[in-house]
Amino acid sequence: MMIRVLIGSGSLLILGGLAAPPDAAAQMPEESCVSCHSAFGDAPLGEPVQAYAADVHAAKGFGCVACHGGDAEDPGMSAMDPAAGYIGAPERDEVVLLCGRCHSSAQFMRRYNPALRVDQVAEYRTSVHGQQLLERGDERVATCTGCHPAHSIKPPSDPNSSVNPLNVAETCGSCHADPEYMAPYAIPTDQHEKYSESVHWQMMSEEGDLSAPTCNDCHGNHGAAPPGVGWVGNVCGQCHSVMAELFGKSFHARVFAMLGNPGCATCHENHDIGRAGDELLGLGEGAVCGMCHSEGDSGGEVALGMRALIDSLNAHYEAADSILAKAENAGIEVSEALFGLNEATTALVSARTAVHSFSLDSVAEQVEAGLAATSTAYARGEEALGEFLVRRLGLAVSVAIILALIAGLFLKIRKIEQLT
Amino acid sequence: MATIKQRFSGVWAWLDERLDLAVLREIAEKKEVPVHRHTVWYYLGGMTLFLYVIQIATGILLLFYYRPSAEDAYESVQFLMAEVHFGWLFRSIHAWSANLMIFTAFLHLFSVLLLRAYRKPREITWISGVLLLGLAMAFGFTGYLLPWNELAYFATRVGTQIMEAVPLIGPYMATVLRGGDDVSGATLTRFYAIHVAVLPMLTTFLLGLHLFLVQKLGMSIPPDVEREGGAKGKMNFFPNFLLRDLVGWLTALAILAALAAYFPAHLGAKADPFAPAPAGIRPEWYFMFMFQTLKYLPAHILWFEGEAVGILGFMLAALILLIVPFLERRSGRGEPSRLFSWIVIGVIVYIVVLTYLGYAAEPMA
Repeated sequence: MMIRVLIGSGSLLILGGLAAPPDAAAQMPEESCVSCHSAFGDAPLGEPVQAYAADVHAAKGFGCVACHGGDAEDPGMSAMDPAAGYIGAPERDEVVLLCGRCHSSAQFMRRYNPALRVDQVAEYRTSVHGQQLLERGDERVATCTGCHPAHSIKPPSDPNSSVNPLNVAETCGSCHADPEYMAPYAIPTDQHEKYSESVHWQMMSEEGDLSAPTCNDCHGNHGAAPPGVGWVGNVCGQCHSVMAELFGKSFHARVFAMLGNPGCATCHENHDIGRAGDELLGLGEGAVCGMCHSEGDSGGEVALGMRALIDSLNAHYEAADSILAKAENAGIEVSEALFGLNEATTALVSARTAVHSFSLDSVAEQVEAGLAATSTAYARGEEALGEFLVRRLGLAVSVAIILALIAGLFLKIRKIEQLT
Repeated sequence: MATIKQRFSGVWAWLDERLDLAVLREIAEKKEVPVHRHTVWYYLGGMTLFLYVIQIATGILLLFYYRPSAEDAYESVQFLMAEVHFGWLFRSIHAWSANLMIFTAFLHLFSVLLLRAYRKPREITWISGVLLLGLAMAFGFTGYLLPWNELAYFATRVGTQIMEAVPLIGPYMATVLRGGDDVSGATLTRFYAIHVAVLPMLTTFLLGLHLFLVQKLGMSIPPDVEREGGAKGKMNFFPNFLLRDLVGWLTALAILAALAAYFPAHLGAKADPFAPAPAGIRPEWYFMFMFQTLKYLPAHILWFEGEAVGILGFMLAALILLIVPFLERRSGRGEPSRLFSWIVIGVIVYIVVLTYLGYAAEPMA
């Protein structure tokens, strides 16, 4: 408590001179800070000047004094006089308040980026990072500059940004995947490794789907914390809403909560979430239902039933697809039938979704709709192959007639020419 | 009870009384075909005509269902292929017959060239024939787009872009033909109008002229046959030659039926102007040698764009082809012209090799 008070009052004193957010337009001319510090080249005192050239704040017209204070018009060392508001490099605990001066002010931020949220500091206070830093004085945890490197901050849309979706896991992993650094906290450090094998990372990195989740989509970014057992479903439900809704209404949701099982993650894992296939369902190898259920108990029977229904739809789908492909290869026009088969695909997806209700009837309802579509498509395929045979037969008959006519013509020609 | 022969004679007499059909009979009886070692080439014109008649017949049947708009064209062809009785057969025969017709027209052209049948007094027959081949290729180019599928759309886009490279008038011609800066629904309706109205009208006129001249001037005897003492005999056109023609036509019909049954015309995916062009965009085979030549040309030849030089070269070649009877006069005087034969053979080899490379060679970057 004493630490918190000290940090709080110290920060307030230091930042007192910078209380009013600076106006970017007033700082446009080159500052004396840049003219001196650029002379240091790549040395530590010169590096910030070089990096800052590509910083989003520089692009908006902010200069060094916006964060560091001082007098940018003073060409001498007196520019860095605390009396002129100079604060130097802020301490880690001061950074949050320093950034928050502007980023927590809706009035200020809407002049530059009205869409940007202004609750980052408030969120940060609720995060594990914020609580460790602000309440326990742990300066090893992430603060603003831990994820948004000072002097080279770029918007998330920039592929080079540390918080671009493709780079977030790497950014978080720079601490969380370092066993030595994380040792005092006694939490796992394999999240990044596991995530990089997950379907979510595969979607993002291989298929270019930047809406696929990365660390902050499940844990929050500024308010980062591990999801509690009771609300994992809400996190996954942000995207997988239908599954989450079905699961939330199911008997399993209550039982899992009672047993302390983390909802979706119980069957699908958390960081190394794989591509969910039908093999997860049932009691066979790789089936997750078998972790709690076995053959003979009612849950096991439902699991086997659901799997049998989905396998049946899968098999009928394959058969219909195969016969239509055969007909198409034979040159019969079956695009309408193939389009009709899309209904079966939709039904299959719906049936797989309905599994999360753990109700055999719900799955059966979807499977029946799918089977009706596959049955129609299969019949169209058979009809098309029948048509193919008719074509061949028609060809044989036509060619036979034509050959007979040709033979007749030959005889006629011979007869005429014999006469002449 | 009157026999069929008696009934036919009655109808003939009735018509003859009113239309003086005896003149036709006279013409038919008088028309003769020389018999020599090159007589077989005489059948190619009739074969091309037969395939053209098939095109008209199947084309009219396709018109019953085809809807010429970017929104409906693909779906109407899809419906024709999937739902209409024998719709697939008519479309497949139309597509195959078009290819065979152009193939036999090319054979006819080269046989006439090598047998010197273009020489005096058949210069106009030759010119009308070359123009008919051009019309056949225009039929192919415009008809290819009509199903409005992906391959046709992008092939037409490439084809009309090539046209833009013609100096001065190229961009204007391409814009008029497309009805805009790019291939669109407007291009489809234009191609449709050209395919079913403009080209048939021109073809009817030229074909009429061509057939009239063939009838009037009779069959040409090749100079080398004449030098060897002329044809060894004559064959009545009716019925001897016509019956042989019929054998060829029936054979073509059987081949068409087999091609339609074993390799029916595919439809593919509907054209999407916003989709990236699929790999392997190629023109129809009869444009391939020109397309491949343009690919081999360097970007610039002297101060001109390579593509423009190539297109001007082909236009010049077409013009030379058109006026061959006025350029090659030796055979008209009954003198041998071996150099010309070698040039024709060289052109045939060039077309065959470039067409082969068009299908076999790796796509160039």
